Amino acid sequence: MTPPADDFPCNELVELVTDYLDGAMGADDARRLEEHLTACPGCASVLEQFRIVVRVNGRLGEADVRRLPDGERDALLQAFRNSSTAR
Amino acid sequence: MGLPCRPMSTDFTDDAALVDALRAGDEAAFGWMLDHYHGSLHRTARMYVATDAHADEVVQETWLAVLQAIDRFEQRSSVKTWLYRILMNIARTRGVREARSIPFSSASNALDEGADSTFAADRFRPPGDADWPGHWASFPLDWEHQLESRVLAGETMALVAGAIERLPPAQREVLTLRDLDGWSSTEVCNALGVTETNQRVLLHRGRAKVRTALESYFEGTA
Repeated sequence: MTPPADDFPCNELVELVTDYLDGAMGADDARRLEEHLTACPGCASVLEQFRIVVRVNGRLGEADVRRLPDGERDALLQAFRNSSTAR
Repeated sequence: MGLPCRPMSTDFTDDAALVDALRAGDEAAFGWMLDHYHGSLHRTARMYVATDAHADEVVQETWLAVLQAIDRFEQRSSVKTWLYRILMNIARTRGVREARSIPFSSASNALDEGADSTFAADRFRPPGDADWPGHWASFPLDWEHQLESRVLAGETMALVAGAIERLPPAQREVLTLRDLDGWSSTEVCNALGVTETNQRVLLHRGRAKVRTALESYFEGTA
């Protein structure tokens, strides 16, 4: 048994996951990739794994936000007022 | 075109309205900018300088530079891109003084760093395989069995934060802006002066390393 002639080998497909998720692939390539995914649980898992990576990264971004302390915020607003009146 | 009457000036996502309001001395507009951008500016600054305190100074300097430059801003780029260019110039100058490695000395150099694959070659069947060359030798596991709570647990987040910290600088920069700060690929390309393709290669390599770190963690402790 051999794969269809236009199949993506898995080792090439895994390099294209981010292109695919970004919608940056041509329509024909995207269709071939999706056909491969329906037949290949390994590559389907990899796509899901990348989605999880993106989600965890996003959550990290939300969790790790440094707030501007109120005192510094007030000082910057004062600098804004000063620069506005100086104009 | 300006928006002369805007009674509830709490949302300045429209660049033209924001710039008009800043120039008109609308303090709420500057306050909105501070609240909206400070966290991600700090995160970006932190990539270039050695300590959180130094990053605080870089962001502070950026805000003061914004006040100086707002009248000269020609709006040929988005406010966000303009803001990050100011930040990166200040941060890079500072980073040079601190002798930190600088992410985008040139895009081609950046692409050379770790010319690595998403998976180790031995995860696939060899090119000469009679039936399935290049297809999986050992399937990656389905992470569905990982509970949502585990995926987003503090330990997992710390692991991912560590993996991002260890990325080569250009990969870290692109991944941080895209995935942590939610920038579009166009915004990243404009701010960093890289092509869409290079940006995506760097993002993919960064995500691939995070994926590998998660795989070792999930599969090592499952």
